[in-house]
This record gives sequence, C-alpha cells and structure tokens, in this order.
Amino acid sequence: MADLLHGSNDSDQSENQETVKRNTRYGLILFTVYLCLYGGFVFMNAFAPEKMESFSIAGVNFAIIYGFILIISAFILALIYGWLCRLDVPASKSEDSK
Amino acid sequence: MIYEPSLIAVFIFGAIVAVTLGISFWFGAKAKSSSGFFAAGGNIHWFVNGIAFAGDYLSAASFLGICGMIAFYGYDGFLYSIGYLAGWIVALFVIAEPLKRLGRFTFADALDSKFQSRSIKLAAAISTLAVSIFYLIPQMVGAGVLITPLLGFPHYVGVLMVGTVVILIVVTAGMVSTTYVQFLKGSLLVIFSTLLTFLILQRGLSTSPKNDGVESHQFQVAGPFDDNQLKEWKANLTADDKSTLTSMTEGAWENKGYQKQDIPETKTVIYWQEYQIETGEFFIAETQYKKTNADGSVFVNGKPHGLGEGEADLYSVGRISKLPNDEKETGPLGITGFFKTLQESKVNLWGSETIKDSDGSKTVIYFPKPTAGNKVLSPGNHPKFAGIRGDKFYDKLNFLSLMLALFCGTASLPHILIRYYTVKDQASARKSTIVGIGAIGYFYILTLFMGLGAMTSGAMDVTNSNMAAPLLAKSISEWLFAIISAIAFTTVLGTVSGLIIASSGAIVHDLMGSFFKINMNDYMKVRVAKIASVAVGVIAIVLGILFKDFNVNYLVGWAFSVAASANLPSLIMLLFWKKTTKYGITAAIFVGMISSLAWILLSSDTYKGVYGLNPADAIVPFSQPGIVTIPLGFITLIIVSLLTQNSLKKQVTHETA
Repeated sequence: MADLLHGSNDSDQSENQETVKRNTRYGLILFTVYLCLYGGFVFMNAFAPEKMESFSIAGVNFAIIYGFILIISAFILALIYGWLCRLDVPASKSEDSK
Repeated sequence: MIYEPSLIAVFIFGAIVAVTLGISFWFGAKAKSSSGFFAAGGNIHWFVNGIAFAGDYLSAASFLGICGMIAFYGYDGFLYSIGYLAGWIVALFVIAEPLKRLGRFTFADALDSKFQSRSIKLAAAISTLAVSIFYLIPQMVGAGVLITPLLGFPHYVGVLMVGTVVILIVVTAGMVSTTYVQFLKGSLLVIFSTLLTFLILQRGLSTSPKNDGVESHQFQVAGPFDDNQLKEWKANLTADDKSTLTSMTEGAWENKGYQKQDIPETKTVIYWQEYQIETGEFFIAETQYKKTNADGSVFVNGKPHGLGEGEADLYSVGRISKLPNDEKETGPLGITGFFKTLQESKVNLWGSETIKDSDGSKTVIYFPKPTAGNKVLSPGNHPKFAGIRGDKFYDKLNFLSLMLALFCGTASLPHILIRYYTVKDQASARKSTIVGIGAIGYFYILTLFMGLGAMTSGAMDVTNSNMAAPLLAKSISEWLFAIISAIAFTTVLGTVSGLIIASSGAIVHDLMGSFFKINMNDYMKVRVAKIASVAVGVIAIVLGILFKDFNVNYLVGWAFSVAASANLPSLIMLLFWKKTTKYGITAAIFVGMISSLAWILLSSDTYKGVYGLNPADAIVPFSQPGIVTIPLGFITLIIVSLLTQNSLKKQVTHETA
C-alpha cells in the first residue's frame, strides 16, 4: 500500500517508505488490541448488562472499572505507539528527526 | 427554572471573552496568507496543537451534555465519554499519519490527492458542509442554554452573541487564532474540571446538600403501605392543613396514579404519584409540576410562575435519599470511596411526564425515581439505553449502532481532520494526537465525577440537563460558576470557529476553487473564505435558534453518524485498498451521507421530536443509522470501484507518463 501514499505535493517529509510501513503496521496492531477491548465492552453492555454490576473491586463495580480501563488503556496504547515510532527506520541515512 | 444574573459572573465572563478576542486579534495581525488562514502555516507546536485538539473536541456537547446526562441518568452518560474517546484510537492508529502525508488544507484535498477529480471535491465539500452544519446546531443551542442562567438573557440572545463573536474571531484571523483560543480553552477546561472534581470529593456526599447555606426542598416519599395503611396516610395528609385530595382519573390523567392535593391556606397544589411495586406494596411520592395554559400563562405547583411574592418556581433537585449505614454526611472522600459510597446508597433520579388536557393546557409533572446506587453506576437508566436491559433485538442493535458511530465518527469530523494540517510533519501530528488523547481521556474521567457530583448536589434544574455542570459549580461557589460558565462559553466559541473554518475551507478550496474552477489569488481566497465564514455563521445562528428545545448530545450523535457514514469508508479505503477509484469514493460519500441523513429523518426519535408524530409509525426499525449506513458506504465504494477499474488503469498510466 505504500505506493498509494505518493500523493503529497509539497509537504516537507523526511520519512522513508520503511518508516511508513513500520508505523502503519504498529498502528494496525495496536488498533486491533483496542478494538477487542472496546468491542468486548460494547457487547457486554448490549447483551449482558447485568454482568457489569455483578461484582466490585475495592467497592467499585465492574462497569466503572471497565470504563476507566478503556480510557486509560487508550492513552497507554497511544504512548506505546509514540514510543515505537519515535525513531525513523535506519534504512535512511540519519536519525536526526525527533 | 428562573435564574437571576450575578454581577461577578457577568464580570468574569466578560473578562474571559475579552481575553479570547484579544488573542485572536493579536495573532490575526500576523496571518495574512491563505495557508495562514486555513492551516496556521503548518507552524503550530505539537503540544499546543494537542491541547487544541482537546479544545476542539471537548465541545458544548461533551462538557454540558455528558455531565448533564450523567447527572440525570448515571452511567449512561459515561458511555458517550467512552465512545467519544475510543474514536481517537481510530484517528491516531489508522488515519492521522497517512492523512497528513496526503493533503494540504481540507479533507477533500486529502481524498483527492490521488485522483484530481472534480466529483470527489464536490462530494467531499458537500459532506464537510453537511457534517459541520449538523455539528454546529448543538453548539449554538448550547450557547443559548448557557447564556440564560448566566446573564438572564433569552435563548436567542445567547445564540446571536456566540454567532457574532465567532464570526469576528474567524474573520479577523483564521486558523492561527482559533488554535490558540482552543489551546487556552482546552487548558482552562482541564484545570478547572480538576479543581471541581477535587472540591466534589472534599465535600463528600450528604443526604441534605446545602446551596448558599439553604437546604433544597425535601421531596417526600411514603411507603411501603398496604391498602389500609395507604388510606390512613392519605387521611392524615389532609387532616393537618385542611387540604383536599382528589384522585385524577379524567381524560389524559386516567390510569396514571396521580392524586391532586389542594392546600387553600398556602394556595399550593401538589400532585402525589401513587405506585405499586412488585411485592404488591404501595408507595406515594411528592412531585412538582409546571402547567402552561392555552392563554400562555404558566403556573408552578399551583402558583403563578415567578420569583416574587405569591409566585413559585420549580425546586432544584438531585440528592441522595439514603447513605450506607443511614449516615447523614460522609465528609471528604477518596476516589474509590466516592464510588463505593454511592454504590451502596439510594439516589433520587428524576423523570417527567407531559399531560395534555382537553382545555389546551399542558402539564409537565416531574417525579422522583428512587434508584439504587449500584443501578446508577451501571448502564441502562437513560430511556435511549433502557433497551439493553430488555430482550428486543432492535434495541440492542440501536445501542451497538450508536457505539459504532461514536467509534468511527471522530476520525471523520472535518474540523478535527483539518487540525492535522496545522503541524509541520507526521511526527508532530502523531505527538499532538497523543497529547490530545491524554487530555481528552483525563477530562472524560473527570466528567464521571462532575456528573455524579451534580446528581447529588441538590442544585439540578429538573427541566434542563445541559445546565448540570454550571449549576454544580454554582452550588460550590459563585466564582467557580462564573469561571466554568465562561469556559463553557469559550468552548462553544472555539468549536464553532473550528467548524466555520472547516466549512469555509470546503467552500473556497473545494467548491469554488476545484469544482467550479474559479481562479483566485491568495488575497481573493482569504476574502472569499471570510465571506463564506460570515454566511455559514449566519446559517448557524438561525438553526441554533430553531433547534432550541433539542438535547445537545442527541444532536451530536446525529453529526457523528453522518460523518462516519459519509467520510470514513472513503478515508479508510483510499489508504488501504489499491483498487479504490474516484467513482467509488464519490459514490460512497454521497450514499453514506444521504442514507444516514434519510435514516435519521425517518427514525422514531425524529418522528417524536421534530414532526410530533407517533414514533411507532417510523419507517426505520431503530434510530441510530451507523450500523447500517457505515457498512453501506464501504459496500458502495467496493462495488463501484470494481465496476470502474478501467478508469484506474488510465489514471496510473497518465500519472507515470
């Protein structure tokens, strides 16, 4: 799909194709992880809402805990992505971009 | 409820709006080129842009609507928070970087970068306009809602004010100033929401919340009774104050279980709601009402509506009816302690019922719904979500459809997409999205505390859930109320200006520049964009006044559905499927947009809310279109693309030549 991404006309890109491919792959993997978390949440709410209140951890019910997990994990996954993509793939000569 | 404007509130409010405008003029003096107007010259620092993402995204609907929904229905409002945030994952992991590589100014530029097709420009421009205007309506309605209690003006004045200020901001400076306005507002929102949450936890929970040192009206609920006890209780009720109790059985009141108590001494009327629970026992609960007669006169609880002598206004509501171990007050609570206590308490949520009499009068009765804390903190209390606790398949599908639209909608919103063009490269786009997700996620966690704090504050306006967050602040301090209201108002300003820029960009670049091929120099482009901004602003003002009575979050749900259906299939397929053709993209945008709009217009929610028709007659089986129209967009794109593969070959040979 990298050959699809040739359309930009005058933006100041320094990325090479390897970096683009790698970032896309990481993005899709992390996206799938989150999709499973979110999907699980939505389907549980739709088909087993009573399960969401059936038990508590430290007095806080599962509905709240799962909600917080979704929000916090979104941020953590975003940080992981940022960390994985922090450097360009060394196929290009330099790693000067931050 | 009737609100009296406070001087401090007006002053602080004016100061914040003035600072916002000042910033806009300051930066406006610096930006002259069209790239400066639309994309801030690609020069915004990623951190500023990230917080500005939060500023753009945390609109009136997020701040006012979600807090209000949580305050009135508990956990269900939080479902929106979760869905709105989840959408950012799609934006960051799938859309952000490829999109940044593709285009320069608008969503249409990006879609079109491969094909240079006029039809794509046209389709993308129309969908940008449609989504922006849909998204503008709730923002404008939110503005009117805010201005009423703050300054005591009628709704339309609020809408006019926002409209005018925003047009000024946009016309003077464009994207640079809106970015800084958004940055400022995003920061303020997060900081003051944190403060508010801290104060809620410090205050703890109480069965008799006080505002300005005065405890709000304590509504009585009596029971459980058997038949005889109920009769005895009623006899006692009327014995004390020589009042009379009448069973309401005539006309529209039939079978609703209301008992009307006339108290001549205080000229008060109270409707008692009698109901039987599963065990066969009876309860009887005090309600409050607002009656509008055919001649337009309004009465509340038997007296003329007003704040003067002999007049009455609706009581503020929202309190815990029973704390664990029958405590009266908990004192300061920790984060888990707050949820734990609430979960073991009993809370009075509020419902309402409208009864139309044959004499043309309309009575709205507001009644308490004692609800177990554990229920409040789990899904299914809001009428729109109640279906998930039933066993009707369509109700569950409706819920899935909404959650899908929220998930897919974020990455398809034009005013969010253009923010990717304000930073210099993909790495900055990525970093600002991460900052944005952090700020937005953190804020959404706070919404749960603010909403639940409002629910138990005793300060809620039973007629208007959108006011929950500002009223919660008012129950803590007048200053905080003024600041929170001003932030909410700038929230509206910021979001509206972003949307207007997105719309004017679509008009100038995509419609006039690319579709009609009108040649314009840079100066002309900015000129035309400013005229377009004024036009879109005026349309937004008019719609904001017309849609006054709509729930803001509800309208935003529509905008997300339309955005996701029209834009997402094209964006995703363009990035990930080589065989996508320009015809496929054009068809998918039109089909997604038209089908989702049509679905909304034919749904039971619209039948009830807009046309005043019987919702059971609606043509489509459930209200949220996403689960049908998003796949429909993908299917259309795939089929049309496969049918038009020839055009793609030509395109490729042309490009390589």
